[in-house]
Amino acid sequence: MSATRAAVTISGVDKVFRTRKGGEVHALSDVSLEVAAGEFVSLIGPSGCGKSTLMRLVADLDPVTSGTIEVFGKSVEQARKDQDYGIAFQQAGLLPWRTVRANIELPLEIHGVEARARRERSDELLALIGLEDFADHHPDQLSGGMKQRVAIARSMAERPRLLLMDEPFGALDEMTREHMQNELVALCQETGAAVIFVTHSIPEAVFLSDRVVVMSPRPGRITDVIDLSFSSRDEELREDAAFYEGVTAVRSALHGGADASSGPRGVENR
Amino acid sequence: MRTARAQATLWSVVGVLGVAALWELYKAIAPDDGVTVGTVTVLPRTTDIAMPHIWDMVTRLFEPVTRAAGADVLWWAVLQAAAFSLGIAVLGWVLGVVSGMLLALLMQRWITAESAVLPWVVLSQTVPLIAIAPLVKRWGTAIHLGPFQWENWMSVAVIASYLAFFPVAVSALRGLKSPPQADTDLFHAYAAGWWTTLVRLRLPASVPYLMPALKLAAANAVVGTVVAEVSIGLGGGIGRMIIEFAATASGDPAKTWAPILGAVLIGLLSAGLVALLGRGLGRFRRGEVPA
Repeated sequence: MSATRAAVTISGVDKVFRTRKGGEVHALSDVSLEVAAGEFVSLIGPSGCGKSTLMRLVADLDPVTSGTIEVFGKSVEQARKDQDYGIAFQQAGLLPWRTVRANIELPLEIHGVEARARRERSDELLALIGLEDFADHHPDQLSGGMKQRVAIARSMAERPRLLLMDEPFGALDEMTREHMQNELVALCQETGAAVIFVTHSIPEAVFLSDRVVVMSPRPGRITDVIDLSFSSRDEELREDAAFYEGVTAVRSALHGGADASSGPRGVENR
Repeated sequence: MRTARAQATLWSVVGVLGVAALWELYKAIAPDDGVTVGTVTVLPRTTDIAMPHIWDMVTRLFEPVTRAAGADVLWWAVLQAAAFSLGIAVLGWVLGVVSGMLLALLMQRWITAESAVLPWVVLSQTVPLIAIAPLVKRWGTAIHLGPFQWENWMSVAVIASYLAFFPVAVSALRGLKSPPQADTDLFHAYAAGWWTTLVRLRLPASVPYLMPALKLAAANAVVGTVVAEVSIGLGGGIGRMIIEFAATASGDPAKTWAPILGAVLIGLLSAGLVALLGRGLGRFRRGEVPA
């Protein structure tokens, strides 16, 4: 794969946090990964494996200790300033004093997009997430799933070619979660954006991803990368034998050499 | 909705009448010399000098201030004094809110400023008003800028603001720091600068913290104005009037209570003004209401 086609190129990245007492936590050790344009990559692993940290490094929310990360061939700082990525967190993080529409328009507003263009874009996105009727509602009037949909619409407001998502469905119930997964698949197919998706859930990672990156803690590192090539991602896939094979492959990769019966803590098998 | 408001109004009227009724009830049943334990008076005397009847206070309001010819009716004199003090209190409140906000911004922007300034902010409130009043007056009169002359009412406004800025500075700082890391991360991801983050995130987020502080600042500004009028020796306001009328307390006890009613009126009005302001900021007060 040529360098220009890559959305994200991570090479030899280390991240060390210094604790207040002068200790060191080795959060990431020699991590290398390439995410192609339009590719959906999940990061999965037990708590403390550095999957969220890795995503934050790509987003330029924290600096790397050593190694390099390039986003569309640029430094992460430049990519952030150019708004090359959209981001969504586990908590929807909507501003309570803004309506749904104003929340979606927030990044556009900050970057000086004029009112009419903002309105057009938010209309599109509201239709995409099916919340046209809630445009003038405030976040406290929405359910958890609706809030998360608004947060995802907001992350797509500037049509980024890369989406960074840190457990965006982590706080949702199973039904809503599956529904949101279906919607995300549809959204990604429409926009063609590359996605780095952090999750605790094996089925979620398998269902959504082209590749699942399995990580393990102390120090955080990539232990396995599992390719999944499903022909289509719809409700039937969830019952498909290939899907279960994928789940089994990720699960055994997660367990690695460790005691398979207990499994790594912090990973959901549901 | 309407019935709820009507009920609230009804109950506040009942509250006021209740206090008046308690006053008269105590006056009726307690002995003239109050209740004493040993030599210590634990409940107040109930003579007409110590506790005039409510109706005496009210009728006194409609009599002239003094027996001198052409003297104003008492309620009118009190109202004028109240308006004068309210004007100074509002000015003191504005000064206090502005300086409190500026201090909070300074402390939010630079952590070192917080460690350097916050202890002084807290310490400033331990200095008694009576101690700083003459200082403010002396420093003020030392200012000479062309035709500008430092007036006594300016000293009073400065002292009122000295009491008003404190709750604003402390609460605004808390409010400005209230957005969770996810929100500040989001703004960082948008490559938003300090100013944009302040205007679009920190200031709106601080409103729920600020509202109680603004109310407190209003009450402080009123108290500060009344006390400073006395300490500075500024006539025309409620503060001096309380002192002047107290001098005639033995001969005309009901009159003493008139300027106190005036002070209560100022307090109510200023709280009402802040409540009005809060209504205008309603959309920033959704969801949680922190203490």
